[in-house]
Amino acid sequence: MTDEPKSPPNGGTSDKPVQRAAPAGPVTSPQKPAATSPPKPTPKPIVKPEPWASPLLEALQERFPGAISDALIFRGQAFFTVQKERLIQVAEFLKSEGGGSYCLLTDETVVDYPKREKRFEIIYQLYSFERNDRLRMKVLAGEAETVPSVTAVWPAANWLEREIYDMFGVVFEGHPELKRILLPEDWTGHPLRKDYDILRQDPEWVRANLKIESGQ
Amino acid sequence: MAEATFLDSNELLVNMGPQHPATHGVLRVKLRLDGERVLGSECVIGYLHRGVEKIAENRTYAQFAPYTDRMDYVAAVTNGMGYCEAVEKLLGVELPPRAQWTRMILAELQRIASHLLWLGTHALDLGAMTPVFYTFREREEILNIFESYCGARLTTHAFRIGGLQYDLYDEFETDVRKFCDYFPGKIDEYEQLLTTNRIWMERTQGVGVLSAEDAIALGVTGPVLRGSGMHWDIRKAQPYEAYDKVEFDVPTGEHGDTYDRYLVRIQEMRQSVRIIRQCLERLEPGPIFGKVGKIIKPPAGIEVYHSIEGPKGELGYFVVSDGTVNPYRVRIRPPSFLNLQALDKMVRGHLVADVVAIIGTIDIVLGEVDR
Repeated sequence: MTDEPKSPPNGGTSDKPVQRAAPAGPVTSPQKPAATSPPKPTPKPIVKPEPWASPLLEALQERFPGAISDALIFRGQAFFTVQKERLIQVAEFLKSEGGGSYCLLTDETVVDYPKREKRFEIIYQLYSFERNDRLRMKVLAGEAETVPSVTAVWPAANWLEREIYDMFGVVFEGHPELKRILLPEDWTGHPLRKDYDILRQDPEWVRANLKIESGQ
Repeated sequence: MAEATFLDSNELLVNMGPQHPATHGVLRVKLRLDGERVLGSECVIGYLHRGVEKIAENRTYAQFAPYTDRMDYVAAVTNGMGYCEAVEKLLGVELPPRAQWTRMILAELQRIASHLLWLGTHALDLGAMTPVFYTFREREEILNIFESYCGARLTTHAFRIGGLQYDLYDEFETDVRKFCDYFPGKIDEYEQLLTTNRIWMERTQGVGVLSAEDAIALGVTGPVLRGSGMHWDIRKAQPYEAYDKVEFDVPTGEHGDTYDRYLVRIQEMRQSVRIIRQCLERLEPGPIFGKVGKIIKPPAGIEVYHSIEGPKGELGYFVVSDGTVNPYRVRIRPPSFLNLQALDKMVRGHLVADVVAIIGTIDIVLGEVDR
C-alpha cells in the first residue's frame, strides 16, 4: 500500500518524486505491473473549468478593464463574470460586430447560492450566428440588489427576466413591465430560491382563491 | 376625459382562452381589439406550472429524466434526449454508435409525430377537417413503434443517461423501414389537400409575418425562425449525437408568414425520413450503454449548457452540479416559451380569426411553456 502512491507518475504534486526517481529507473519498472492493475487512472483526470484564453476575451479586457473576471472554459463552453455596473456596456459590445455579433440571447436564468455574499448568479446564454459560437455571461447580485435589464439590448429578455423575477425575486431595473409570469400575481414568495422548500406554498392564496385548506 | 365610457372608445378587450380549443391547451390571450382588428395582445400563462425545475433539484439525476417527458408531451423522446445528453456532457460520457443511431431514429420519428400533430390541429383550427384524420393515422404508426420499443406511447422515457435502457426489438428495423417507405406518399397526400388549396393559401399567406431580425431579437428558434428565412438548425450548426454523419437539407422560407412555416415543417418531415433511412443503414449490433457509474455524481462546481434541435426549436438544458447525487440546478430553456413571446408582434394588425392561425403556426405546447 505504501508503494502505490509513489508509482503512478501523476501530474501536480508528484512532480518532484518523478524527477528524483529518474536515476532509480529499474526500481520503478518492476512496480509497473502492480500499477496497471487498478484501472483508476481513467476516471482520475480532475474535471474542472480551465482558464479561458481567446481574442474576444482580450478585446473585452482591453475595452472594459477590471470589469471581466473568472473567464473559464469547461467542455468547450466559455464563460465569464462581468461587473454589474458594466453589464449593459458589455452586452452592447458583444452584440455589436466588433464583439462577435452575439445577437441571439438564447436563455437567461439564475442560480441561487444562499450562502454566498452575492447569492444570485444571473446567467446569460448568448449565441452568435456569424461565429457559430456560444458564450455564457454571468452577473452576481446580492439579495437586495437590482440588476440592469438587458431588454433594450436583447428584447428576448423580456419574458425571461419576468420569469426570473417570479421564481427568484431578482428585480431588473429598466424592464418595461416587471411582473410575475408563471405564478399568480398576488402570490408571495419566490419558489426557486434554495430556502423555499419544495412542499411550501402560499396557504393564504390557496385559501382565498381555491377555497380549500392547503393540501400539502 | 375621465367620463369616457366603453361606448366612446372603439377599443374592446376580449379574452381568448384559457378554455378555448384553438389555444392548444390553457393559454389565455388578452386581445385589445378595434372591431375585428387586433391592436395588441398579452399572453397570460402559467396555468400548467408544476415547478419542474424545482422538482429537478429534489431528485437524483436519473430520477428527473421521466419528468422531462411531461414538458413537451407531444415530443417526449426529444425532451429526454436533450436532458440525457446534457448530463452525459457534464460527466464526459461517450455513447456507443448503436445508442446514437437509435436515438437519432427515435428522435426523428418523434419530430415527424410532433409535426403531424401540429399539422392536423393547425388545419383543423383553420377549418380544414380532413387533414387531422390523415395525420393522426400516420402518427399512430409512430406511436406504435414507440410502444413496441419501450411500452409507452406518449411519455416514453425512451433513453437513459449514458445510453438506452432497452435494445431494439426484433422487428424494429422492418417497422421503421415500412414507415419510411409509405410515409413520403402520405406527405404528398397532405400537400394535395393543402399546399395549393385556395382557402388554405388565403388564410395563411401574409398572415403573421415575422422578419428574421425580429425573430432573432425575440429569441425565436426552430421552424418559426427558419420560416423567416434564417438558415439555422442546431443539428447542422453544432451537431450532437451523429448528426454530422448524415446528409440532410435545412428547409427555409422566404416571407416569414404562416404559409412558409407550413412549407418548412412539411419539408422537415421529408428530411427526417431521409435521416432515418441513413441511420438504419448504419445501425449495427453493439453495446447500447456508455461508461456511466451506477450512481451519477458529477464533481462539484461544474456546469454545462446543452441544446438540441427539438421539433419546436432550441431545447436547452443548463445543469449545475454541486457534487451530490441531486443536480444543484437544472434550467430548461423551452422553445415554446420564447417562441410564444413573438405572438404579440405577429398578431398586431391582423383579424381575430388570424390570431387562431398564428397561435397554431407557432406550434406551442403549454406543458413546456409553463413547466
